[in-house]
Amino acid sequence: MAFFLRRLIGLIATIFGISLVIFAVMNVLPGDPALTVLGIESTEDARAALRDQLGLEAPVWQRYLGWLSGLVQGDFGTSYSFRVPVSDLIFERLPLTLSLGVFATVLTVTLAVLLGLFAASNHNKPGDWVTMILSQLGIAIPAFWLSILLVLLFSVHLRWLPPGGFPGWSDPLAALQSLILPTAALALVQSAVLARVTRASVLEVMRLDYARTARALGLSRWRVLFRHVLPNALIPMVTIIGMQLANLITGTIVIENVFFLPGLGRLLFQSISNRDLLTVQALVMLFALIVVVISFVVDMLYLLIDPRLRDART
Amino acid sequence: MRPFALALTTALVCSTAYAVPALAKTDIALSIQQEPTVLDPTTDATASIDGMLTHNVYESLTTVNEQGEVLPALATEWTISEDGLTYTFKLATGVQYHDGTSFDANDVKFAFDRAMAETSTNPSKGIFAPIETVTVVDANTVEIRLKQKDAFFLFNMAQGDASIVASESADANTTNPVGTGPFRFESWTRGDRLVLVKNDDYRDAANVQMTRVTFRFIADPTAATNALMSGEIDATPGFPSPELLPQFEADPRFNVAVGTTQGEVILALNNGHAPFNDIRVRRAVSHALDRKEIIDGAMYGYATPIGSFFPPSDANYVDLTNRYPHDEDAARTLLKEAGVADNTKLRLRIPPYTYATRSATIIQAELAKVGLDVEIEPLEWGAWLDQVYKKSDYDMSIIAHTSPNDLSNFANKKDYFYGYENPQFIEMWNTIKQEADPERRAELLKQAQTFIADEAVHGFLFQLPSLGVYKKELSGYWTSAPVIFSPLKSLKWTD
Repeated sequence: MAFFLRRLIGLIATIFGISLVIFAVMNVLPGDPALTVLGIESTEDARAALRDQLGLEAPVWQRYLGWLSGLVQGDFGTSYSFRVPVSDLIFERLPLTLSLGVFATVLTVTLAVLLGLFAASNHNKPGDWVTMILSQLGIAIPAFWLSILLVLLFSVHLRWLPPGGFPGWSDPLAALQSLILPTAALALVQSAVLARVTRASVLEVMRLDYARTARALGLSRWRVLFRHVLPNALIPMVTIIGMQLANLITGTIVIENVFFLPGLGRLLFQSISNRDLLTVQALVMLFALIVVVISFVVDMLYLLIDPRLRDART
Repeated sequence: MRPFALALTTALVCSTAYAVPALAKTDIALSIQQEPTVLDPTTDATASIDGMLTHNVYESLTTVNEQGEVLPALATEWTISEDGLTYTFKLATGVQYHDGTSFDANDVKFAFDRAMAETSTNPSKGIFAPIETVTVVDANTVEIRLKQKDAFFLFNMAQGDASIVASESADANTTNPVGTGPFRFESWTRGDRLVLVKNDDYRDAANVQMTRVTFRFIADPTAATNALMSGEIDATPGFPSPELLPQFEADPRFNVAVGTTQGEVILALNNGHAPFNDIRVRRAVSHALDRKEIIDGAMYGYATPIGSFFPPSDANYVDLTNRYPHDEDAARTLLKEAGVADNTKLRLRIPPYTYATRSATIIQAELAKVGLDVEIEPLEWGAWLDQVYKKSDYDMSIIAHTSPNDLSNFANKKDYFYGYENPQFIEMWNTIKQEADPERRAELLKQAQTFIADEAVHGFLFQLPSLGVYKKELSGYWTSAPVIFSPLKSLKWTD
């Protein structure tokens, strides 16, 4: 319990620190949001009028406190360029990015565990070699390049799937179709890393006495693998999955641009070039929050997986 | 059973056709690179807002055709007083806004007063500066009185910044645009698409073929190419990557349209500081540039060289590309005369546009040959606006000026980022602005171009081309882009 509390306090302090860093960085960035919105033909008095409307004339500390107190109440402010609440912008795009992230994670873990177990159980046999060569390829290929290849094959030549875009969840079938290629592009690359970790971790546990004993007692090979080896090989895998989740989130920024999906990554990209500081701040804050929460959850999962850790820390 | 079920689901999901080929097509999907931020051209300068909505959803008093000539729009005719200061516009009758409210002279007054107000954030507030008063004469007549003569007035009034918005809907236009144009707004999914449908009550509705127009926001050129190749979209006006065009030129399904724009691409020189406050150094740079090499390398040949700051498509254009022919010896001599040391370091700070980043490396190599050590510094757009445009903190930059009639830039004061101020040119431009006689004005415009070329204010590189990829069956689109809007009402599918 103390471990949990310590981690929770750490979590809150981290989030507060992040908010300060994000705000500071955004405000030393050169650029005038009003000039970006109104363009180079605009007159100085029109820009001043807009800065006034956007509340940019207030001193920095006042704007930080205003932003922070808004954050606590769940109010991210009004976007400089879109002129609508930032929370609206985020919520209309969150479902897409979340679905993409969840699908990609599920596919990554499933693929990686199956491949890792397959490779480990065929240790030093052709099955192992093929899996290892494939995963080496997966690590080497960047996701955006794989995306382009997938689009060329499945959209341009075969015409099975759309080359990008997202029709919205009102048409679930079309929505699923449009997420197949982006999910595959993200997951294939990520699962390569995880498959290797799974294989190594499983191999290590398989060498231990109790695994041999279980086998000697007459349990089938797959039963030993799933029931006895896998649970004990989980710790390194969960660590890597946690790190990969963070990677998947940043990965969606690139993938959303390749597949022109209206998700959070696209919004971030656009807001930076629009000098839409409030939206950028909110998004970076959100991404940071997700990463921090994931690492918190991973820590908690350790306790669940390994009872010894629970005893040691309480 | 399970793998089978999975395979079946996959097959079902994959095989459902996502693009339905329709007969007697009256809808069209276009891709556009830049996403709009709001849907009101009178509050935001983002070019795609005008590109999609100006003269499609919104209308102005006047409009222009592909040759840049001013034509009637909401104003069906007008008269100009003897002294050139009073414009009397007759307005179209029976016009309704898309929300059902009717259009009359009061709307014109409202729209102009709103744009000219002290708290106005109109991105081109300057075009309203010559206006003294806007008076409603009767429901269908408006009189606009100017403080000084303005030869560009009717042209400027055609722009999206001068859209005639209604008092009932103006404030909500940022997300729900209401105008009088041939198309009404249907929906906007931020980050994905904007849909317009035909306005059946439009004055000339019988001649509008498209019933539904979808703009897809696709920023990445490769993604746009794939979307065209797979049939997901029908056209990409403003195609961003010249290097991908040969693929479409070879494909019988597409037409590639190469036209002109109002965008002069310049190697901007900071005239406000050494060494470019010395005309010899500026002339040396002009001699050092090899425009053909720059155009071939940066634009894959799809651009017209310029020798001054004036579009070659204009009737009054003078070809000044040979004013300072490519001559490295001449450049070195001039630099020596001006006392510029060998390997003088210069900062070339550029915005994140392909035309700029690609030209930069070639220019760097060309200037190195005459003994200038150019360091390229890429900036993102917000930073470029702040550092180069606002604070003039640069030696050289590369930028396209896309506004029409922007020779006026050189009539600015020294605090404009060119750092160039010349009373003689300011005087010249004032005369041009007030000259109503077309022949006399043509002569003056020619003189002005030549003057700026002689002064070698910047390195003048090339005119930005208008590149577009269109399905073969499509017609009625503009090949050239004389303004930043482009009308959809003339688009047609032919067999």
